[in-house]
Amino acid sequence: MNEGIFVRTVRLGIRSLLLHKLRSALTTLGVLFGVSSVVAMLAIGEGASAEAQEQIRRLGSQNVILRSVKPPEDAVSNQDTRVISYGLTRDDLRRVRESVPGVRRVVPLRELPEEVRNGDRAVRPRVLATTPDYLDSTGRVMDEGRWISEVDEQRTTNVCVLGYEVARRLFPFSSPLGERVKIGADYFNVVGTLLPRVRLGDDPADAGVDSTGEVFISLTTGQKWFGEMLVKQRAGSREMEEVQLHEMIVEVERDVDVPFVAAACRTMLAREHDELDYEVVVPLELLMRAEETKRIFNIVLGSIAGISLLVGGIGIMNVMLATVTERTREIGIRRALGAKRRHIVIQFLVECVVLSVGGGLLGIALGIAIPLGVERWADMRTVVTPEAPLLAFAISAGIGVIFGLYPAWRAAHMDPVEALRHE
Amino acid sequence: MSRPVAQLQDIRRVYRMGSNEVVALDDFSFSFGRGEYWAIMGSSGSGKSTLLNILGCIDRATSGSYKVDGEETSELDDDDLSELRSRRIGFIFQSYNLIQQLNVLENIQVPLFYQDDPPPDGHERALALAERVGLGGRLDHRPRELSGGQQQRVAIARALINDPALILADEATGNLDSKTAEEILALFDELHGEGKSILLVTHEPDVGERAENVLRLRDGRIDSVDEGQRAGA
Repeated sequence: MNEGIFVRTVRLGIRSLLLHKLRSALTTLGVLFGVSSVVAMLAIGEGASAEAQEQIRRLGSQNVILRSVKPPEDAVSNQDTRVISYGLTRDDLRRVRESVPGVRRVVPLRELPEEVRNGDRAVRPRVLATTPDYLDSTGRVMDEGRWISEVDEQRTTNVCVLGYEVARRLFPFSSPLGERVKIGADYFNVVGTLLPRVRLGDDPADAGVDSTGEVFISLTTGQKWFGEMLVKQRAGSREMEEVQLHEMIVEVERDVDVPFVAAACRTMLAREHDELDYEVVVPLELLMRAEETKRIFNIVLGSIAGISLLVGGIGIMNVMLATVTERTREIGIRRALGAKRRHIVIQFLVECVVLSVGGGLLGIALGIAIPLGVERWADMRTVVTPEAPLLAFAISAGIGVIFGLYPAWRAAHMDPVEALRHE
Repeated sequence: MSRPVAQLQDIRRVYRMGSNEVVALDDFSFSFGRGEYWAIMGSSGSGKSTLLNILGCIDRATSGSYKVDGEETSELDDDDLSELRSRRIGFIFQSYNLIQQLNVLENIQVPLFYQDDPPPDGHERALALAERVGLGGRLDHRPRELSGGQQQRVAIARALINDPALILADEATGNLDSKTAEEILALFDELHGEGKSILLVTHEPDVGERAENVLRLRDGRIDSVDEGQRAGA
């Protein structure tokens, strides 16, 4: 019986609303836009943050990355020699390996400013000299062939692995496997190629680097052929730099130790280096910062959405107050026929909820359609989490109740005699 | 006189209008017997509408006692009064007062909808009443699609759905042409014949004459009482 009354009340509410189709439709628009903006903005925000988090995770949340940073010119002590020496050293590498607890392995990287040629095709990628551990530590994936081995490292063999982009540029028509490329003045056998890695976008640590424009050789081979000195060509002048290691990827055993390892590295480097010619990048910290950014974003978004829903709710309240006045006589009739105050309250509340939930459902549909469009035309990733539409639905129903209460209360507390006399 | 269906004792109804007090009913005492058919007449401002509102429990007396069907109303709260209306009172209005969103069958059932414990056979009762007032073929029509006379028939069926102790008709024929009015009055005669208690407020002498008894009001007091008017005629 109760269910019957409920269904009847809802049906009556819908019928009453249909007496004024345009007015009801316009009223739902307020909620519709409020709800759709909530759903759409959540989806876009969620997509952006998911993307950022994925990029950071790709750096390895278990890693701590140490990088050499060229100090400002005037801070360099021996100006006149034209040889600038800075950055991480092999001693640093040894110290991290030996004295920082909780470290699984440390992968050193050296970047060589060399040209890579195949006949008359030439590119200037990042030529990276590293150890065999690099592949595992970064989670890069081989396309063809094999990675640099321990044996290559021990024997300082002239083998290299090409990044996807370099392989494509130097060998557009055939597989580079088994071919030879010229790095600087020496020839190297290509033993493997890597799959592309999605660009790291906004991550400051990797900004502007086309990460597929890479060629890898073993660290020992690099040292053998290219030495410690880096010669950089600048407009009309040469600059000599001495950098032993450009980067160290410190892989930590357990996630929870990452902050301690990072702190230990910082302390150690601060002790050994006179000036700040290095930086410590902790992807986990970036991740936490990204979470914080997301939180702030959600607060801003929540406020905007809240305001638009508030406006929608006020719209409903406004229209319901007008409706109550207009239907004063109907209220009087119902009261005379025995309707209790709660019956009148429920009747008008149901109408408000039908309006707001109707707007809410349409808003959810629009709110899901907008991210699809954004993904299609703006090439941005979006994620519609299942909670977003549910939340939006609950909010819209809540708005109906909250903003309907006062009009419904007013309707229920009219004097039946006065209401019946109303024209 | 038979056992009273509506008993008013020292009823006073005072309206406040700013600093003025308007006495609509002044120490009004009267009893309407069960199964009687009364016309309540009087000029405008005589207090007949106030009396009807109090009889119908949509207004409260400022002081005094009013018993419907033996039940004292002055102590009841709003919910109890509403429940009493939905069970014991049948209202018929001058301008029909049907609910526009509902069809004939639904309009007839409205009072049952508001009862705390509605009877299970409401639908059947409504069908039978629609048939009785001659609207069996228009059950799903909306009020707008009906003539005035038809609408008033729906209103009468609605007033009968709860098998009320008291039927209150407020100028029930006031908006109808004389032929249709006659049909409605014939229906009242029929109901009276069945033993219903009917109180009809009117200012038309023709209509008043149809009732068994006439109560005339003036300035919130009883002016005259004609009992057994028709019997005497």
